[in-house]
Amino acid sequence: MTMIPERSFAAPMVDSANAPFWQAASEGVLLIKRCNACGEAHWYPRPFCPHCGSENTEWVTASGSGTVYSFTVTRKAGPVPYVLAYVTLDEGVTMLTNLVDAEIEALHIGQRVNVVFRQAEGGGAVPVFTPVAP
Amino acid sequence: MSIKRKACIAGAWEHPLRKAPDKTTAQLHYECARGALADAGLGFKDVDGYFCAGDAPGFGMLSMVDYLGLRVRHVDSTETGGSSYLIHVSHAAQAIAAGHCDVALITLAGRPRSEAASGVAAAAKPNVPEVPFEVPYAPVTLNAYALAAMRHMHEFGTTAEQLAWVKVAASHHAQHNPHAMLREVVTVADVLASPLVSDPLHKLDCCVVSDGGGALVVVRPEIARSLKRPLVNVLGAGEAVKGQGGGRVDLTYSGAAWSGPKAFEEAGVSPQDIRYASIYDSFTITVLMQLEDLGFCAKGEGGRFVADGNLISGVGRLPVNTDGGGLCNNHPSNRGGITKVIEAVRQLRGEAHSKVQVPGCELALVNGTGGLLGTRHGSATLILGRE
Repeated sequence: MTMIPERSFAAPMVDSANAPFWQAASEGVLLIKRCNACGEAHWYPRPFCPHCGSENTEWVTASGSGTVYSFTVTRKAGPVPYVLAYVTLDEGVTMLTNLVDAEIEALHIGQRVNVVFRQAEGGGAVPVFTPVAP
Repeated sequence: MSIKRKACIAGAWEHPLRKAPDKTTAQLHYECARGALADAGLGFKDVDGYFCAGDAPGFGMLSMVDYLGLRVRHVDSTETGGSSYLIHVSHAAQAIAAGHCDVALITLAGRPRSEAASGVAAAAKPNVPEVPFEVPYAPVTLNAYALAAMRHMHEFGTTAEQLAWVKVAASHHAQHNPHAMLREVVTVADVLASPLVSDPLHKLDCCVVSDGGGALVVVRPEIARSLKRPLVNVLGAGEAVKGQGGGRVDLTYSGAAWSGPKAFEEAGVSPQDIRYASIYDSFTITVLMQLEDLGFCAKGEGGRFVADGNLISGVGRLPVNTDGGGLCNNHPSNRGGITKVIEAVRQLRGEAHSKVQVPGCELALVNGTGGLLGTRHGSATLILGRE
C-alpha cells in the first residue's frame, strides 16, 4: 500500500469577497455560503446566490463531512503524486479538493471523508479531506 | 433567425508543420490564413470579417487584424478554448446572414511544443473568481478530464479497454496521414501498457502537443458558388457552456448534451443521418462522452459504442477523426477545434485520404469541447452538408 505523499500548499489568494472563508479556514473551520431567499447552499462562495440571484446570502459552518464524488491520482503533473477529488459535502454542494493521508490503492468513489486543514506556505490554511477510519 | 444554408465553408487549411521553432505564432496565423484563402480561391483583400481566439498573440484581435493588413467590418474574438473555432463558424454564418460581412476568415495557431507549454500548468491569475478555491488543489487539464473518466467508469461500468479503442481508431486513421505526429498503429494492449498519468487515464489516452495551426474561410453562398470548390453548407449549430452549477457538479455529461440537440434541430437531421463525425479528442474520455451526449448512443453506452473498431473508417458504424485527430495527428496550440472542422470539410469534399474517405459523405457533424471537461467548458456543435 502506498500513502499519498504530503505536498505543500501555496498561500491562499485572499480577496474582499472570500476573506471570511480563509479567516475561518486558518481557524480550522470550513465555511460555505447559503442563500436566505431560496435556502440553497452554493459552492464556490459568491456574494450572491447563483441558483436564485438573491444577494441575501450568509456564511454558514459546514459539518466537514462528505462523500467522494470522483478522484484521480495525478502522477505526472507535479513533483509528487497527488489526489485531486470532488467531495460532496453533507450540506449538498460538491467542491474540488485534495484527498490526503490515505492509502492510494484504497481510495474509492462513495468513500466517506472528513475535512482536515493543511498549513499553507506564508500563512493561512487550506481545507482538504481524509477518509473516515473504517 | 436560422443560419441553415446561409453560409458555406469555402476554404480550409491545416498547417503541415507539427514543430515550428523557427516561426513566430503570428507568422503561423498568417500562413494558415494564406493557405485557407488560397484553398478557397480568394485573397486577403476579399476578407471583411475576422475571427480569432485566445491563441492570437498580443492584443489578440487588434494585433492580428493590423498584422494581417485586413480591412474588416466585422470581428469576433469569442473565446471558449478549443471549441472557439466551431463557434466562430456559427457566428460567421450569423454575421453573413445578417449582412455584417461576406467573407469571414478564422485562424488558429500556436507553438506549445517549441515553447514547452503543454497546457497542463494552471496559472494562478488574480481576480478569477474560482481560482482561490481551485488552484490550491492543482487541477490541470489532464486530471480535470480524468475526474470525468473516473466518474463515468463508476456510474456506467466503462472500462479502460473501451477508452483505449478511441486511441486505437485514431491510430488506424493516422497511419495514412503523412503529416500526423504519431503514425504507428497501436492496440488496446499498447494503450493499457502505457504509464498511468492520472488515473484512470494512461499516457496514450492523451492527445499530442503540437505546434502549427489552421484556418477557415466562411462565405456567403452566392460567393461560394462563384468559386471552384465543392459547396460545404453550414446547416446547423449549437453552443453551450457547462460549469459546476454552483456546487451541483454532474460529471456524467458534457455541454454537448445542450449544443448537440440545438444543432440537430436547426439542421433538421438526426444522429442516424450523420455519415462522418469530427469529435474533439483531447483525451479518449472526451470522445466517448460527446458521442453519448450527441445522441449517437444512449448515455452510459459510450464504452460499448467505441469498442471493437466502431470509429474506424471502413470498419465501424461511425468513422470519427479520420485525420488521426488530436490523439495522433495534430493538436495545435492545445486547441483541437479547427482541425476538426478541416477534416470534416475534407470528408464532405471527398478530399480525405482514400484509405479513410467515407463514400458519398454528404452530412458531417463536428463537435468541440474547450476548457476543462471536469470543471467548466464550452461545447460547440456544427452540422455541415455537401450540396
